[in-house]
Amino acid sequence: MNRQIAKLALVGVALVAALIVATTYWQTWATAGLNDRQDNEIQRVAQFSIKRGLIRAADGTVLASNRIKKAGGQKLYFRRYPQGGLFSHVVGYSTQSRSRSGLESSLNDYLTGSNQNLDTVLKTTLQRIRGATIKGNNVWLTLKPGAQRVAMQQLAGKCGSVVALDPRTGKVLVMASRPTFDPNLVEKDFARINNISAACRPAAPLLNRATDGLFVPGSIFKVVTSAAALDSGKYTIDSRFLDRGYCIEYGKKVLNFGDQGGPEVFGSVNFLQALQHSINAVFCEIGNAIGAGRVLGTSKQFGFYDDPPLETPGNERSPSGLYNRGKLFYPGDPSTQVDSGRLAFGQERMLTTPLQMAMVAAAVANKGVIMEPHVVDRITAPGGAVVKRVRPSKDRRAMRRATANDLVQMMEAVVTGGTGTAAQIPGVRVAGKTGTAETGGPGTPNTTWFISFAPAGAARVAIAVVLQNQRGSGGTTAAPIALAVMQAILAGRSNP
Amino acid sequence: MNARNRELANLVAVGALTALGFASVYIARQEVVSTASLSYAGFFFALYLAAHLVARLTVPDADPYLLPMAGLLTGIGLTEIYRLNPSDAFRQGLWIVVALAAFAATLFLLQHDYRRLESYKYLFGLSAIGLLVLPALPVLGTSVNGARLWVHVGSLQFQPGELAKVFLIVFLAGYLREKREVLAQGRLKDFGPLLLIWGGAMLVLVETNDLGSALLYFGIFLAMLYVATARVLYVALGTGLFLAGAFAVYHFVGHVRDRITIWLHPWTDHAVYCSLNGKMLPRQDCASYQLVKSLYSVAHGSWFGTGLGKGTFRTTDGGQLIPYLNTDFIYSALAQELGLVGVAALLLVYMLVVARGFKIAMLADDGFSKLLAIGLTFAFALQTFIIVGGILRLIPLTGITLPFVSYGGSSVVANFVLLAGLLLISNRANAERG
Repeated sequence: MNRQIAKLALVGVALVAALIVATTYWQTWATAGLNDRQDNEIQRVAQFSIKRGLIRAADGTVLASNRIKKAGGQKLYFRRYPQGGLFSHVVGYSTQSRSRSGLESSLNDYLTGSNQNLDTVLKTTLQRIRGATIKGNNVWLTLKPGAQRVAMQQLAGKCGSVVALDPRTGKVLVMASRPTFDPNLVEKDFARINNISAACRPAAPLLNRATDGLFVPGSIFKVVTSAAALDSGKYTIDSRFLDRGYCIEYGKKVLNFGDQGGPEVFGSVNFLQALQHSINAVFCEIGNAIGAGRVLGTSKQFGFYDDPPLETPGNERSPSGLYNRGKLFYPGDPSTQVDSGRLAFGQERMLTTPLQMAMVAAAVANKGVIMEPHVVDRITAPGGAVVKRVRPSKDRRAMRRATANDLVQMMEAVVTGGTGTAAQIPGVRVAGKTGTAETGGPGTPNTTWFISFAPAGAARVAIAVVLQNQRGSGGTTAAPIALAVMQAILAGRSNP
Repeated sequence: MNARNRELANLVAVGALTALGFASVYIARQEVVSTASLSYAGFFFALYLAAHLVARLTVPDADPYLLPMAGLLTGIGLTEIYRLNPSDAFRQGLWIVVALAAFAATLFLLQHDYRRLESYKYLFGLSAIGLLVLPALPVLGTSVNGARLWVHVGSLQFQPGELAKVFLIVFLAGYLREKREVLAQGRLKDFGPLLLIWGGAMLVLVETNDLGSALLYFGIFLAMLYVATARVLYVALGTGLFLAGAFAVYHFVGHVRDRITIWLHPWTDHAVYCSLNGKMLPRQDCASYQLVKSLYSVAHGSWFGTGLGKGTFRTTDGGQLIPYLNTDFIYSALAQELGLVGVAALLLVYMLVVARGFKIAMLADDGFSKLLAIGLTFAFALQTFIIVGGILRLIPLTGITLPFVSYGGSSVVANFVLLAGLLLISNRANAERG
């Protein structure tokens, strides 16, 4: 019988060996896939046993902290957002029921100490072995709470957004979006967020309009058209035009828009005056002369058709550009597929985000170079050591240096004696451009814009303001908001 | 060093390991458990010392590794049960006392010659059937999780199937020893009593919906038949019959069909009908949630585990994440807290027990002893495979206990009786040799 017993023994040992192999499969190969599954509640709960890192503004104001809850003999850390709805779109939320958004989502690895820096790996491994609570890394942002508060107050009761950058470094100083929501309510009472109503439909309080809101740019796009025209070498700041009050598009008259500070028909003007008074007929002519292809090409140099760079999640940022039936659209043959005249003054199917338009202003302010926008200043370990510091880096050159210099002059003229006089700051050179985009037929509300920077020549702030559903023009609605936020930023100590 | 001294030395090591386990649970969960937890290790060590003394008196020449390994497995089980639910660990401790009493009783009763059991083989066979029928009786039986396995007498509950397993092995060993020559010739009439008893057992199992045990009994039966007759044909035939039977059951019994579906497709992207609450839900949120949650627990352990007492088994509200955690799914709790390194070591202990068991069968010099030893050993191996393989999705999941580790009185008692059997066989073989 021993021969049979030996064979059976092999079977018995093989059965247990199969279990070791299967366990190895689930605990090594399959782990990553299982941990990523939506319904993996263990993973979700385990995340809450980590003492998540704090998120702070530039001056140290705490934007996201922890609230300890004890359940089943385990200490759990839930998020608390002391600033309520003031920073909710950038910071986002971290909850059980609705997962995560904003930086809470994209920086989750840092905040939970699971980033792969050698230093962090060593520390968390030690904490794990000692059985201590794992502590995440702290995140310091570039946002300035004072200016952010001003921006949110200015936007109160409206639908819109303000983005302010430091053009020299790419630091995001203000990123505001209205309507907003209280991230503390996401877990407790989401119905209240769902029921938020606003001056626009849909209210979409969770949407970060600054990076994910797409709006018709209207006349602020003329800055991009001007850059294309000047860069082409065919035009200079002194080029002369004859404004007849309209331009002919496909045999039809397209009239000048009514938001200009002067008479409807300007007659003989130069390029500077055309931008100063935002004369559609002139830009229509320029667009037709240089072609839609060149204008779109320049827009790409500004960063259109790419997700604007930022640390927030990719699905909370949208690229600017032409949109066709809800999809980003780059024409194969721009001369026949795009109305170059209307594109030149920011209509056609062009849609832009406030962040992108702030980058346009920053490019002009910073001699044609866009610094990569970033909202994270540094990430520090629980002990204070710096894990990661974000250094200013050049994102792209948007236009020639000479073009930028010309545009500074032209945009300054807009504020000193053009459509944007409401943005004047005594003793400070301000440059800007207004935009009033029709979203429907005549009489329907407009999307209004103001982009600007100051002090012109040595700018410390570049800003974009957008408002939805406005009766007035960009110069009367958006420019005062830009003024208030710029003053708040410039009044603060000048940051290096 | 003689066999018993070696056993004692190993038991001291096991006692130290168990103390370490309880200490780490205590450190990790100070807020929930008391210092009394540390006395568990002492109590536990005293129990095994007593068992060792019984072995010294009754089976001085028996294998010295089986008792310490069983001690290690119960120690690990008790630690984890304690970590999950301290009051369950207290009850499990009491059951271990009962089990060791049964262990001692078996050794004392049969120390002179266990082979006289052979003459009572039919009694054992019939008792096994009787025990299996108990839960199906309307007054005594209760249904848990779709299977009728439990007998309630007052507040006591017992799973008679565990003991029936040992009885059936005794019957098969006796019967096959007597009839092995004629069975090998393949005359149909010799198979009569065999098929009768076995068929009865299977009928009862199908009736109680206990699929795991059905598979277990059938595997034991085929293994013993193969060793007795050396005919691979019987194994092939038996497997064919089993598959045909399984196919038929699959088509006629909804419970079985569900188990298979869960095994093959635990996750669905779309909502399917959920028979638990009548809603449309993805399968992982309904029928297969036990399997899926348990797999998440295994995966969360990864290489080194979270550490004893540091695993995640509760929701943020304190509710249970995985049901039946300390009985059927104790392996997924251990896998999470000890990691691959820990549970691979645990499985190696199972493998060693199996290897020692087969070695005892090889050394035994009479047919009854050999068949009894391989029956008990293979039962142990197969039961481990059925529950852990079910958790790891190697086979459809059926609820059955993990020998020595799971919470459950009947299982611990039955497995200690099984252990006593192996020690008796080993003692006799070694004594004759020495």
